[in-house]
Amino acid sequence: MTTPATTPRIKAKQRLGDRIFSSTALTAGTLILAVLAAVAAFLLVESVPALTEDPEEIDILAGQPFWAYVAPLVFGTIWSAALALLMAVPVSIGIALFISHYAPRKLAAGLGYIIDLLAAVPSVVFGLWGANVLAPAVQPFYSWLTENLGWIPLFAPPASGTGRTILTAAIVLAVMVLPIITALTREVFLQTPVLHEEAALALGATRWEMIRTAVLPFGRPGIISASMLGLGRALGETMAVAMVLSASGGITFALLTSSNPGTIAANIALRFPEAFGLNTNLLIATGLILFAITLVVNMIARWIIGRRKEFSGAN
Amino acid sequence: MSQATTTDRSVPNTYASGLLGKRVPWYVLGAALVISAVSFLLIGQAGDEASFNIVGVVLLTAVLYMAGIFVTSLLIEGRRKATDRLVTALVGTAFTIALLPLISLIFTVLTNGTARFDLEFFTYSMRSIVGAGGGIVHALVGTLLMTLTAAIISVPVGLLAAIYLVEYGRGNIARAITFFVDVMTGIPSIVAGLFAYSVFAIFFGPGIKLGIAGAIALSVIMIPIVVRSCEDMLKLVPNELREASYALGVPKWLTITKVVLPTSIAGIMTGVTLAIARVVGETAPLLIAAGFTNNLNYNLFDGRMQSLPVMVYSQYVSQGTDPQAYIDRAWAGALTLILIVMALNLVARLIAKYFAPKTGR
Repeated sequence: MTTPATTPRIKAKQRLGDRIFSSTALTAGTLILAVLAAVAAFLLVESVPALTEDPEEIDILAGQPFWAYVAPLVFGTIWSAALALLMAVPVSIGIALFISHYAPRKLAAGLGYIIDLLAAVPSVVFGLWGANVLAPAVQPFYSWLTENLGWIPLFAPPASGTGRTILTAAIVLAVMVLPIITALTREVFLQTPVLHEEAALALGATRWEMIRTAVLPFGRPGIISASMLGLGRALGETMAVAMVLSASGGITFALLTSSNPGTIAANIALRFPEAFGLNTNLLIATGLILFAITLVVNMIARWIIGRRKEFSGAN
Repeated sequence: MSQATTTDRSVPNTYASGLLGKRVPWYVLGAALVISAVSFLLIGQAGDEASFNIVGVVLLTAVLYMAGIFVTSLLIEGRRKATDRLVTALVGTAFTIALLPLISLIFTVLTNGTARFDLEFFTYSMRSIVGAGGGIVHALVGTLLMTLTAAIISVPVGLLAAIYLVEYGRGNIARAITFFVDVMTGIPSIVAGLFAYSVFAIFFGPGIKLGIAGAIALSVIMIPIVVRSCEDMLKLVPNELREASYALGVPKWLTITKVVLPTSIAGIMTGVTLAIARVVGETAPLLIAAGFTNNLNYNLFDGRMQSLPVMVYSQYVSQGTDPQAYIDRAWAGALTLILIVMALNLVARLIAKYFAPKTGR
């Protein structure tokens, strides 16, 4: 049926089945938005008592104001996640480059699976491993660092006897966010226009010069957003930190001592099972802060990815 | 490039042309490995750091290799080639570094987990058990019930939302849903647990811990994963199939249920299985929302419910009078958990392989 351009478009017949199906699908879609709103709303409602009641009433606070209790936790959360990212991002970029540009084509997919295996390991297993294997293994190294490089504030003595310091927790976190960052950066590196790469090679560039001039500039927004997503994951990771880190509170930059700041998520996991009354409200309030931080980080990351989709030279 | 002409030194021909031979990097790598192994053996004679040895050898080998290949290449091939080789070595080292924790983790879980990986472990619960013995039946039942309930909640919602996004969604609502589904994948799992707890605490009073609350917490984590994977799979269905169906006069909803979904069902099942594998290992939300118990509980709506990851955690955290028994149980539980996750991943890959639609591609 060919119609002239002037006649209005023929509307498809509206069937009952169509209406029911499309409205169900729309409901399911909006339900997701509703759930996200409900998460924020319920956490907010439950955390109001912790902010309004007298701090003396809440056992965990031990008389100090709410923000004085939260500040070290927020610091610990961000500090450990930043340390983890500092270790994970360069290694991830290296792995992604290895898989996308160095490994033999046939091996590349298999190597990708191996890295994805790391993502499949449950966090509680990482916690067990970190506390029982990694911490004792790095402890001698920590003592050596404090003895020989103790004048650097980061390595200030005394070294922790168990090795369960914030640096160990950050190493475990780094291992856990590694597969996420690797997977995303690998995808971006593979999207590099082949013509750019071939042009660089044709001009006589070595493989590294080709990567530096063609692949990395193209992939920079991807690297940034992947790191942000990894940061979001590291900020919210609970069990591994709860099991590895022996936290004592307080704000300190020293990496190797036995007095470490806790993180919000780990603090909730450690305290919640025994908490009662207003203490639960307090912990939920800290959870709300964590939710807000990760929401902002994730939104920035997604915004960068979305912007890149529209303006990248790939399409 | 000047040394190419002055060939009074006794060097092979490939060297003379200003390039390293193909095997030279391997020779350097071998030399680095030997040197670091020998030096660590000597150190090992002096002190005793048995477990740290392998990692140390690998790292020292990497450093020695990088230095060796850089200097060799710099002398023979020049600065640009040397940098290239250095970066190649760096990139390879990055991959090796990532493998170390994976190998170490799998090795320790296997060696420590087999101590209690016996029949009693899979046939007993922890009811009134102090010290050695006991098993994980209650945790397996809880994990199974809560994960299945979470799947029953989140698969229809996630699949329908994905259908909306792919088949119907235009404009602002679709864009908002896409954006917030992505954001939701980044919600910390413990926040999902706190959410489920808050919902039930508001309606049933504080301190409540139920299996169903755990299931809801898990489904909050699971829904965005299901949406993501289903959306990708539905997008893979060629538009020609839809258009052919419309051309035959088939309504849109029938086109979706009879053409689009059957074509992509393998991918959807793979995605759902992977989502389950991701959720099965979640500890924090279940710790918050479902609590922990030593008793077998089949009822999602009554009382606390144990799950496998939470049991691993509680065995590790609250070690009783006989710590080794608790640690052994924790490791055996970890081994079981890893086996379950690996099995689910394997099943997902098999589904993707054997149930994929037979297209000509």
